[in-house]
Amino acid sequence: MTDPNTDGASLMGTPGSDGRFGDFGGRFVPETIVPACEELAAGFADAWADPAFRTELDGLLADYAGRPSPLTECHRLSEELGLRLLLKREDLNHTGSHKINNVLGQALLARRMGKRRLLAETGAGQHGVATATAAALFGMDCTVYMGEVDMVRQQLNVFRMELLGAEVRPASSGSRTLKDAVNEALRDWVATVEESHYCLGSAMGPHPYPWIVRELQRVIGTEAREQCRRLLGGHPDIVTACVGGGSNAIGIFSGFVDTDAELVGVEPAGGAAVARAVPGVVHGSKSYLLQDEWGQVTEAESISAGLDYPGVGPEHAHLADIGRARYEQVTDAEVIEAFQLLSRTEGIIPALEPAHALAWVSRARADLAGRTVLLNLSGRGDKDVGQMMEILR
Amino acid sequence: MSAADVPTTTGIGPLEAHLRARRDAGHKLLLPYVTGGYPDDWPRMVEAFGQAGADAIEVSIPFSDPMMDGPTIQQASSLALGSGVTPASILDAVEGIESAVPLIAMTYYNVAFHMGHRRFAQDLARAGIAGAILPDLPLEEVGPWAECADQAGVETVLLAAPTGSDERLVRVCERARGFVYAVGVVGTTGERAELATSAVQIARRLKAITDKPVIVGLGISTPDHAAEVAEVADGVVVASAIIRKLLDGEGFDAAVEFVAALRAGLDRG
Ligand SMILES: Cc1ncc(COP(=O)(O)O)c(C=O)c1O
Repeated sequence: MTDPNTDGASLMGTPGSDGRFGDFGGRFVPETIVPACEELAAGFADAWADPAFRTELDGLLADYAGRPSPLTECHRLSEELGLRLLLKREDLNHTGSHKINNVLGQALLARRMGKRRLLAETGAGQHGVATATAAALFGMDCTVYMGEVDMVRQQLNVFRMELLGAEVRPASSGSRTLKDAVNEALRDWVATVEESHYCLGSAMGPHPYPWIVRELQRVIGTEAREQCRRLLGGHPDIVTACVGGGSNAIGIFSGFVDTDAELVGVEPAGGAAVARAVPGVVHGSKSYLLQDEWGQVTEAESISAGLDYPGVGPEHAHLADIGRARYEQVTDAEVIEAFQLLSRTEGIIPALEPAHALAWVSRARADLAGRTVLLNLSGRGDKDVGQMMEILR
Repeated sequence: MSAADVPTTTGIGPLEAHLRARRDAGHKLLLPYVTGGYPDDWPRMVEAFGQAGADAIEVSIPFSDPMMDGPTIQQASSLALGSGVTPASILDAVEGIESAVPLIAMTYYNVAFHMGHRRFAQDLARAGIAGAILPDLPLEEVGPWAECADQAGVETVLLAAPTGSDERLVRVCERARGFVYAVGVVGTTGERAELATSAVQIARRLKAITDKPVIVGLGISTPDHAAEVAEVADGVVVASAIIRKLLDGEGFDAAVEFVAALRAGLDRG
């Protein structure tokens, strides 16, 4: 049953109470947290319709996070690649990535709903840092789950979270990466649902999360569309972003889904859930999922902890299913090259995650010749510099 | 559609009939848990639990991401998966078990979804399994699976949680087959030193609205806990406390003795 309404205008609307995007989404969670999911959906619908809430969030995004983020035209790199490359600079946000957009909104919502504790999962640590930041700002308790493997890869962010007053708890089961951190965060939520808000970090999980996170990241697309209108007098030919869970991509796609711009999500080759297109259910929603012949979830493998996730948010599965967006994959080696390329040509050290999108642009440059490409630079590379130093030196 | 194809969505299935009959005879129900694939001689353990006083037995089909489980069950599941078991190998082994009591499969939804609802339901039925528990498949999502399960004669047990409204609990009880699994704590599976007050409370709330067997699970760790909950509930599920003994190396006989002790606790009342 594919959604018959595949025209742009009806895309990315408010999902129904079943939280479906075509065949995908839903709410596959233990009974214990179903009422909390329902409350959250109602609480968000109410807040999102409340001008006072929106004004307060807009104020925080402007005065605390530093929005709007600029649009940067990459003159040198454009020339090198033979196309016109524009970057949406989410790396310039406070805490260093797009994750802050989502977290400020969810923290405000949690406070409005009377919760005094935030809990979160994190892969690269950017979502954990953003959540710890918001908790500090609002005076809330904060617990962040992080895979043991990622805690080693991203020590700097672990220390940052601790400085911000959060408790970082290692997820030591399974692959000990993002997937397991999500499991632990969900278990914590099942046990503490009365006082805790689960501040989920991407456009995934049970309804209403994919919807909430998309709405909170919509600001990226809304700004970028207006910035492109001013700079280009229209919209770009291609809009691209990296995809782990899919929040930065859905945010920028939302600004262009009703245009004829091509939407291209880029996954790591070792975690290409959409490219393999096998549906499955984990972490509360039905989407494309890496799994074995028995439905056991298999481990993603990527150089970037933030994309090391075996699934993808359900709305991306839907966009792929109806052909509105397409999903490409790049290798770690291509990512390392792209990481150096942007640093050297534009003076911008990207996070390894958006370096995936750049790696695809670089590889596809012959096909993209002369066209205008908008790339969501979802975060800055400070957190990855140590890891890259070991690889490159 | 011929009359034979009409799903019996409201009739009482064999699992529920079995549990009701025992309950109505004044007996408190004991449902111990076994991880399919851990330890190696788990099929023999299922048989032994039946002889030690179980009224039905939960057999888990391990899943890679057991969202509802605490560290004890997670560890057993990952040991089982590490030893190479699959849903098919577990169901094959179940087929060879001579169980004195009904068996109930416990697994996560993706195992059923990936195999296909119809095939999974039929495979459970063929293995002789009477019921199924899918803890990440709540009321709103259970329909497509439950219809296939009903048709195959597998009774889908639903969880009822302390966080549910009275109105929601009524709907859960209506759709539940076999029995109603009362979630004793707001949390995941795992042992607890003290019996949670929520365990007795949820049992009381459910007993007031349904005539189906109400069985409390999660956090029941000792024969005394079992006896205390069963003053209100119709019975208990015990999982982590059993698996803990096995993980701690106390051995097969200790696990069977523990099930017998739980039986004695319930019979003492
Ligand atoms: C900079 C950056 N970009 C992207 C991601 C991936 O998240 P998503 O796919 O939800 O945008 C992360 C996650 O940690 C990140 O830190």
